[in-house]
Parts: sequence; structure tokens; C-alpha cells
Amino acid sequence: MVTFQILPYLLEGTLKALQIFVLTLIFAVPLGIIVARLRQSTLKIIQLPIRFYLLIMRGTPLILQLIFFMYFPPFILNFPIDRFLAVILAFSLNYAAYFAEIFRGGLESIPRGQFEAGHVLGFSSGQTFTRIVLPQVIKRILPPSASEAMTLIKDTALAQIIGVAELFRAAQNSTSRLVSIEPIIAAGIIYLVLNSLVAIVFNRFEKKLSYYRH
Amino acid sequence: MASEMVLQVENIAKSFGKLEVLKAIDLTVHRGEVVVIIGPSGSGKSTLLRLINQLEQVDSGKVTVGGQILCENDAAGKAVYADKLTLKAIQLKIGLVFQNFNLFPHFSILRNITEAPIHVLGQDEKTANSKATAILNKLGLQDKAENFPFQLSGGQQQRAAIARALALEPTMLFFDEPTSALDPELTGEVLKVIRQLAAEHMTMVVVTHEMSFARELADRIIFMDQGVIIDAGTPDQVFNSKNERTRQFLRHYSA
Ligand SMILES: Nc1ncnc2c1ncn2[C@@H]1O[C@H](COP(=O)(O)OP(=O)(O)OP(=O)(O)O)[C@@H](O)[C@H]1O
Ligand SMILES: [Mg+2]
Repeated sequence: MVTFQILPYLLEGTLKALQIFVLTLIFAVPLGIIVARLRQSTLKIIQLPIRFYLLIMRGTPLILQLIFFMYFPPFILNFPIDRFLAVILAFSLNYAAYFAEIFRGGLESIPRGQFEAGHVLGFSSGQTFTRIVLPQVIKRILPPSASEAMTLIKDTALAQIIGVAELFRAAQNSTSRLVSIEPIIAAGIIYLVLNSLVAIVFNRFEKKLSYYRH
Repeated sequence: MASEMVLQVENIAKSFGKLEVLKAIDLTVHRGEVVVIIGPSGSGKSTLLRLINQLEQVDSGKVTVGGQILCENDAAGKAVYADKLTLKAIQLKIGLVFQNFNLFPHFSILRNITEAPIHVLGQDEKTANSKATAILNKLGLQDKAENFPFQLSGGQQQRAAIARALALEPTMLFFDEPTSALDPELTGEVLKVIRQLAAEHMTMVVVTHEMSFARELADRIIFMDQGVIIDAGTPDQVFNSKNERTRQFLRHYSA
């Protein structure tokens, strides 16, 4: 069993993958909410750039975006960028686009009557959003958000393309160094465990919000 | 009636694109009065209520609520609205009960009722809760306070929606077809509540297709068709109207 030998190395990679995961969620979710609301603007000068951003982010490979954010700043803007920062930038902007569309779908599924009831009862539009609409949106978007989060766990493997030593890179290195398939299998198991945890967390949330129906 | 005017609508007009939905509408409501609006589908009844409730924008005309001007025409004859503070004050004077209740599904019935008093009027939770409980008692929903809307029948949900509107202590309550989404056997309990409010001299404007209810309850009936008021008067006057369109409509609905 070579796996025990390289386990610390794999765990280090896992930690890096988790950092990417957590930081991406921290930036992408709020950014996604903002983008979703801007996307609904009736003003063309707001809506069009947002649609363009959504198209670019969802229409090109994430791997390409990673390389772009790694090399665009040093070569074109003439300032070097930290690899890890480039990863967080690319992942956050990319995932914000997907979360924005999930969020917009959720927002549009809330009946107009909810907004109208809020308005008639004297709530400001901010209060109507945070107290009445947002909690209902969250319940509705939990299932697609869970899928997105699980995809993100797996996508962290792409960070290695610009030299960030996350779990996949660690496993691949060990596999070639030790001429053994075990590290790759171990990495697969770690991804599975991580995603099982993600699934469990989201299930908990869904259960917690199952006290009411729409 | 010689009592105080609580709502005055003067010559308002509203179009959606090319469609003229309301034309030259005048309406006055006095304190304690029950005004029932009837008319065929698409005649603009809901739009009229929604304009006064600020869910739609008036194109032209003047609306006064309890002495405060909601909107009036500028020199060019286009409606200009009051400042935000006035709009909010007017908003709180009028409660609106929707056809399909629009309760907040994620709040208990009690919280549906207390949320606005607490976060809009600034009542403390204890006061809001005890007031809400009193209203629930009155409307026969005392044992539903902790339930969620999906656990209630349609009739109970509509009564809860009425309770929610009452909690803001409005001077006037609007109903837009409050029983149209209910099974026939459930309309009675909602009509009973409205009757009870009428007996307490709550000022109400009710859009309904329940003609016998209109006849029984209304101080005044308004018949609208294609965006204009065709007929208005006491129930007896309207139900015995000489106007051909009114007669035709009533024949259709009493059948
Ligand atoms: N937001 C809107 N945009 C475009 N047209 C609208 C809108 N709201 C209402 N209308 C139109 O305005 C007309 C009047 O509608 P309104 O809902 O006021 O009628 P109503 O008298 O309440 O009818 P019903 O008895 O069916 O409820 C209808 O032709 C309707 O299609
Ligand atoms: Mg209507």
C-alpha cells in the first residue's frame, strides 16, 4: 500500500481543493444574486453587458478561462498575478454566472402575488425581497444549487492546469512517481467523500425548509 | 350620506398599451359605506382597485384618500404622484384582499399577520401578537395561529388574508373577488366575515360576482362595463335599472 505513504501529500491537495471550493462559493453566490437582479433590469445598458458576461462565462470552457486569467494580467496588463488568485477569480466569475441563472429561475418562479401582497402591506421593496421573496427562492433553488456545488468540487481539479497543486495534481504526480494507480483511486474516493458531505449538507437544508409548501 | 369622504376618485383613465381599460372613472366612498362593484370579465374592476392600491399607475385623473392626494394631473393632464412618504401613508390606509389570498407560505398564520405590524408599523412583537390573536379569535381562526397556509382550507386561508389586512388597522378594506377561488361550500364562511365587518361599519369596496350577496350587503352598487361606470345606486335602484346593459348583465348572473 503506497497510499499511506503519500496520504499527507494527498490531504494537502484536498485542503487546497477545499479552499478553492469555499472561496468560490463565498464570492460566487452573492455575486450571482447581484447579477441575477441586474439581469432582470429593464434598462438595456445594464441588461446587455450582463447577458454578454453570462454568455462568455457559460459559453466557453472553464479551463480556457483559467488560462486566460493566469496569462492576461502579466502579458497584457503587465502585472503578474498569483496562480491561486487567478483560480479564485476564474472560478468565482464562472460560478457566479451559473448561480445567477439558477437564482433568476427561482426568482421568476415566485408568483407576482407575493410581491404585490408585500407592497400592499407597506413593505419596502427591499423588505419584500429579503423577508418574503428570498426565503422562498432559497427553498426552490436548493436542489439545482446542490448539483452546482457538487460540480464545483470536481471542477477544482481544473486548477492544476495553471499549476495549482490541488488534489488531482497531487494524485497524478504520485501515480507517475510511484508507478501505481493507487493514488488516483485514493483521490477518487476523496472526491466521493467530499461530495457525499456536500449532498448531506444540502439534504439537511432541504429537510429544514420542508416545514412548508408553496 | 352626509359622513366623511374617505376615498375620492376623479376622472381617472388607464390604458395598457393601446387597450383603454378605464375611461373617466369617478367614485366616492364615505366612511362606513359598503360599495360593491359588479360587471363582466375584463370591464376593469380589478384594475380600478389596483390603481388605488398603487399596484398599477394611473395615466390621468385625481385620487384622494382620507384627505391625502395620491395623484393629480399636471398642466399637461398627466397624473403626477405624491412623494414617497405620502404614498406609503396612503398605502397603509387601504387594505387589499386578493382573489387567491397571496398568504406568505413560509410564515405561520400568526406571522403572516404580525410581520407587517412589526416591520412596517414598528409595533413590538408582544403587542403585534396579542392584536393578531384577537383578530384570529374574531374570525374563528384561533386554533390555526401556528399552522402554515398550506395546512388550511381555501376559506380559512382567505379569512387569514383578511386578518392580515385588518392587522394594519386600515380605514378601508378592498376585496377583489374574495370568494372566486373557493369551492362553493367554502364561500359562506368568507362572506360571513365580510358581513360581520359590514355590521361593524368597516368601510369596504368589494368586487364580486355574488349577486345576492351584493344586493344584501351593499349600500351602493356600481356596474362597470368596458372601462366605464354604466350604472350606480342603491341595490334596489341597480337591480331595477332601466339601463339595458345593466339588465342584461343581471339577467345573465341571476340565471
Ligand atoms: N398588466 C396588464 N397588462 C395588460 N393588460 C391588462 C393588464 N391587467 C389587465 N389588463 C387588461 O385590462 C382589462 C381589464 O382587466 P381587469 O382585470 O381590470 O378586469 P376585471 O373587470 O377585473 O375582470 P374579471 O372579472 O375577469 O376579474 C382586461 O382586458 C385585461 O386583459
Ligand atoms: Mg378582476
